[in-house]
Amino acid sequence: MPELVITVARFGFLILLWIFVFTVVGVIRRDLFAGARSGRLVAAPRTLGAVAGQAAKPAKVKRGRAAHQLVVTAGQLAGTRITLGEAQITIGRAEDSTLVITDDYASARHARLVPRDGQWFVEDLGSTNGTYLDRAKVTGPTPVPLGVPIRIGRTSLELRP
Amino acid sequence: MTAAATPAASPATTGEQPGVRLARSRRNAELSLLLLAMVLVAAYGATVEATMLDTVTPDFWIPAAALGAVFLGLHLVIRFLAPFADPALLPAVALLNGLGVGFLRRLDLSDAVPAEREGLAVFAGTGGRQLAWTLVSVILAAGLLVILRDHRSVSRYAYTLGLAGIVLVMIPAVLPSRFSEINGAKLWIKFGDTFSIQPGEFAKLALLVFFAYYLVRKREVLSLASRRFLGIDFPRGRDLGPVVVVWLISLLVLVFEKDLGTSLLYFGMFVVTLYIATERVSWLIIGLVLFFGGAYLAYILGDLVGGPFANFYLRAEIWLDPFADPHNDGYQLVQGLLALGTGGLFGAGPGGGQPGLLPEVQNDFIFAGLGEEIGLFGLSALLVIYLLIVERGLRAALAVRDSFGKLVAGGLAFTLGLQVFVIVGGISKLIPLTGQTTPFLSAGGSSLMANWLLIAVLLRVSDGAHRPVTGGGGTARPSGGPPEQLHGAPTEVIRP
Repeated sequence: MPELVITVARFGFLILLWIFVFTVVGVIRRDLFAGARSGRLVAAPRTLGAVAGQAAKPAKVKRGRAAHQLVVTAGQLAGTRITLGEAQITIGRAEDSTLVITDDYASARHARLVPRDGQWFVEDLGSTNGTYLDRAKVTGPTPVPLGVPIRIGRTSLELRP
Repeated sequence: MTAAATPAASPATTGEQPGVRLARSRRNAELSLLLLAMVLVAAYGATVEATMLDTVTPDFWIPAAALGAVFLGLHLVIRFLAPFADPALLPAVALLNGLGVGFLRRLDLSDAVPAEREGLAVFAGTGGRQLAWTLVSVILAAGLLVILRDHRSVSRYAYTLGLAGIVLVMIPAVLPSRFSEINGAKLWIKFGDTFSIQPGEFAKLALLVFFAYYLVRKREVLSLASRRFLGIDFPRGRDLGPVVVVWLISLLVLVFEKDLGTSLLYFGMFVVTLYIATERVSWLIIGLVLFFGGAYLAYILGDLVGGPFANFYLRAEIWLDPFADPHNDGYQLVQGLLALGTGGLFGAGPGGGQPGLLPEVQNDFIFAGLGEEIGLFGLSALLVIYLLIVERGLRAALAVRDSFGKLVAGGLAFTLGLQVFVIVGGISKLIPLTGQTTPFLSAGGSSLMANWLLIAVLLRVSDGAHRPVTGGGGTARPSGGPPEQLHGAPTEVIRP
């Protein structure tokens, strides 16, 4: 075989190899850096992240920082932290809850936290003993400010930046 | 239920952009990438034949087509049974596997008598055996995907798997050497002269599942009931006991089996799983200190007393100065370095190198053999592909919603990455060389099978991670399986 053909094949193979690599990167490009946008492994609620990306930084400081963590402040699990993502957080005694609390006064599916437009809402899922935001009983989806305790039985939870 | 209706809609609206984007199944992207990978494998085969035989035989495409057919089968299984799995995993692994088969076939060609080269059968020699093993492994991986519909169901067998893992690790150590020793390492179970399996490769998977399950169950206790000492939180011994025992047993056995690479792998796997479970950096620090301390101690002991540590001492000495004895002890490493050096930037071309000079080129040194022919340019592409596979695994671990899945996917992806680091670092003289297979490239059925099973688990977890939420009102679960709905039902009935 002529030398030229072999040379073309050699380099053609290497180029094709890199084309493959870049095609794979292209396919997964969108979520390759998905977490990097907010600078964390788990993305913050999206709208605030988008605001932060633009030149709206002073406004963001005034509005208070986005909630990044859910911290258990009282009860058996005190000290547990959950990094908040874009998915809702379910709280209850059921094994498959995001936060499984072992509290005698909690129901299997007690409450859930849902992100909407960068704000987290707490909602009671028909628990026996109720969910309280600070002192008020939660009846419908209620926005949760940072640092205000959510009380479930003997357990207290707070959103932290 | 009226109040629940509003928030039930809310995750859909808030999660709209990322949610809809992630919920696309991307199977067509996977299929086209897979085709591209097979074209590459065929192109590699053609280039090898053009260089070595000076002609391209009419059936150069058969290995690539055989691989392509079985990968296509796996693709179809994924399309129907794991539609939301990661689209990049299968093509990337398929390419590595295909190039491995191609390179092994190229070794067979150079071993064959020149007159017989053109007629080399597809399933002949090391390359042919690797091809057959690939077919078996991919079918096994597909079978695992069929059986395992939800990765969380593995946790039911966690203790069984843990026990199986220990037994698998121990079998070669207790067997007489003639049944278990190949090249000085007691890692095998030999059935006759032709067939042998390496149970440690499978033990890796089983033990990781056990670690993950145990750590998930004990996570709260581990991160809460800890004693602070020197600014680092240590968990109580009784919480950690079983895991440490399992790990120590496997480690002791491995030292006994003289396989440092695998023991390093188990150690790294253990430390990282612990770190993922507890989210405490202190574990990484403890792990690194223990590892470097242990390695240094083994080196000193090997120098002073020899015995079981002599092997490690020798390897460290070779690593420090391979050219001290380039014809005996350092021969393999020196030849590997020379091969990489000869390859240079663009390599000698597929089929143009001298891999016959490298001992164990079909196995541990396949990366050096490939490097001679595809050069730094090609090797870095292969490394990027490994990196992408690991990244996809870690991404699946981040995206999946249950802790068990997170630990399993994160641990498996990290173990794969660590294995590549250990062997590629070894042949490029970054770290002391320890025998380790290069995942998906090296000849060897056990390693190939275990790694394909690993990929099947990663595919299953990533499918669970990206599957849109379909369960009842209160679930954030990847799939609306029966347990969630049964759990969820009472809380919704109570609401007036």
